[in-house]
Amino acid sequence: MKPYSARASSVEGVSTRPAGRPARSKKGGPPAGTSDIIRHRLHPRIWEKVIHTLLFLCASLSIFTTAGIIYVLIFETVGFFREVSPLKFFFDTQWTPLFAEKHFGIWPLVCGTFLTSIIAMLVAMPIGILSAVYLSEYSPERVRRVLKPALEVLAGIPTVVYGYFALLFITPLLQKLIPPMSGFNALSPGIVMGVMILPIVSSLSEDAMYAVPQSLREGAYALGARKLHVSFLVVVPAALSGITAAFLLGVSRAIGETMIVAIAAGQQPRFTLNPLVPIETMTAYIVQVSLGDTPHGTLEYHTIFVVGMMLFVSTFALNIISHWLRRRYREAYV
Amino acid sequence: MKKAHWREWAFQVVALMAMVFTIGVLITLIVDVCIDGIPRLGWQFLTSFPSRKPAEAGILAALVGSAGVVALTALFAFPLGVGAAIYLEEYAPKNWLSQIIEVNIANLAGVPSIIYGLLGLEIFVRAMRMERSLLAGGATMALLVLPMIIISSREAIRAVPPSIREASYALGATRWKTIRHQVLPLALPGILTGTILALSRAIGEAAPLITIGALTYVAFLPDSPLSPFTALPIQIFNWTSRPQKGFLTDAAAGIVVLLIVLLCMNAIAIWLRNRYQRKHY
Repeated sequence: MKPYSARASSVEGVSTRPAGRPARSKKGGPPAGTSDIIRHRLHPRIWEKVIHTLLFLCASLSIFTTAGIIYVLIFETVGFFREVSPLKFFFDTQWTPLFAEKHFGIWPLVCGTFLTSIIAMLVAMPIGILSAVYLSEYSPERVRRVLKPALEVLAGIPTVVYGYFALLFITPLLQKLIPPMSGFNALSPGIVMGVMILPIVSSLSEDAMYAVPQSLREGAYALGARKLHVSFLVVVPAALSGITAAFLLGVSRAIGETMIVAIAAGQQPRFTLNPLVPIETMTAYIVQVSLGDTPHGTLEYHTIFVVGMMLFVSTFALNIISHWLRRRYREAYV
Repeated sequence: MKKAHWREWAFQVVALMAMVFTIGVLITLIVDVCIDGIPRLGWQFLTSFPSRKPAEAGILAALVGSAGVVALTALFAFPLGVGAAIYLEEYAPKNWLSQIIEVNIANLAGVPSIIYGLLGLEIFVRAMRMERSLLAGGATMALLVLPMIIISSREAIRAVPPSIREASYALGATRWKTIRHQVLPLALPGILTGTILALSRAIGEAAPLITIGALTYVAFLPDSPLSPFTALPIQIFNWTSRPQKGFLTDAAAGIVVLLIVLLCMNAIAIWLRNRYQRKHY
């Protein structure tokens, strides 16, 4: 009985060394450092408790961050709706809070965000899925080891750099192909954003395809299917929830992306789906107001939080659904 | 039979071309920026303050500002992130609270960076009265990179084999002693790699700093954590949005510097990972 209980107590983390004894003897040995003195004055069990509490506080900071975000956004949104009626916010089609004649219809900003995100997804989705299928089903290990990190580099480039590239390289290039295009537009930042999002879409889709059990592929081969058919008629459908998750996360990134659109899309909120004219996204509006010197507590100041609220709610919803879908395929196959 | 073969072949060509296109965009981007920017680089560019004349402008204030923000970010985010990771891996009981913390961290990693800017503006700049200082910038960035540091640190801690913990417990070590002397040293290279990558993200971010009100024209060096500042991506953004051609060249040169800094940080991270990966277990 006795050996067992001794073992159990040490596993639970209670030192078997006599509690009061200092680590080093008073005579001879090197003097104990300050931290050693503190540590050994405290009973080990208390010291463990202190550490435990400190670490718990670190972990709970994330909860406070989320709570802080929600509190700040709700607080300022309420302040905004005290001055502007929600009817105007949701049904007006003009957004001009910085002009003399103020309109507060959110739709132009939503429209701009939607437009750039759609263009980005039209670029990221086909290329992302193609490369995911290729990397997970076809590519030899050697090719994969080169291509995958090369794609990842795209995700590491700062977004101001993409913005510069969209404004000064892609836009002039597109203007040669489509002459009536304006210097600021939704198309060019949309395309560049698609390239930026691609690694996320491709690596998440690939993970999902990787999780499809080998037996499904072997079953299809046994029925005489070719590799292309196995890839697109068996693996892709089986990984569909994961691919959808990748799509949703990509959209969420596109909606929240700021610097590319702030640089290359112009700053003119416009209720249009024309990709060739200047527009403004929700994120670009926040940047525009932040660059000016907007005093705290004014209506303009409130507007950036209202727009932030829209942004937070939409990306949050997309992230949650995406998270849930990814968990589902993990449960289904693992 | 022949047709199917043809399709297999065509698919591989199309897929490879799609990826070559993407990597081609990456190469074009880098080459384009280098052609525009490298002739502008020089000692003068690195050691001058911004100016109204493009040819005299430089990135000294931006470089120092970026370094200050990243140092403060690391100071805040590293201990907090590693602490949270240790808690979640080594201490957290399997209950609803741990579950919530875990899901919450995953969600925070997906919140757009500009939202963190709004949070920092209201909490650090207004409520805590830090004004538009380096300190406010560092604190905001710390919240932004915290989820990334937690996620990568957890992976590093999880990779330490349980046998090492059990051996330590068997010798009578307490939980914290086991973590402090056995788990952390083994997990440290992985934790550092993740932290460096997270910090390199912080260096490239402009949106949250613009939102908390970082300046775009700073002709002095920040002398304390409470002084106003600008950062490299903000300076680049500012030059990109000017009409004069000279400033666009400055922007390109700034981008080259930014990319070199990021390249160095990533190289250090990869070196750390490769160096320590094989040493243990």
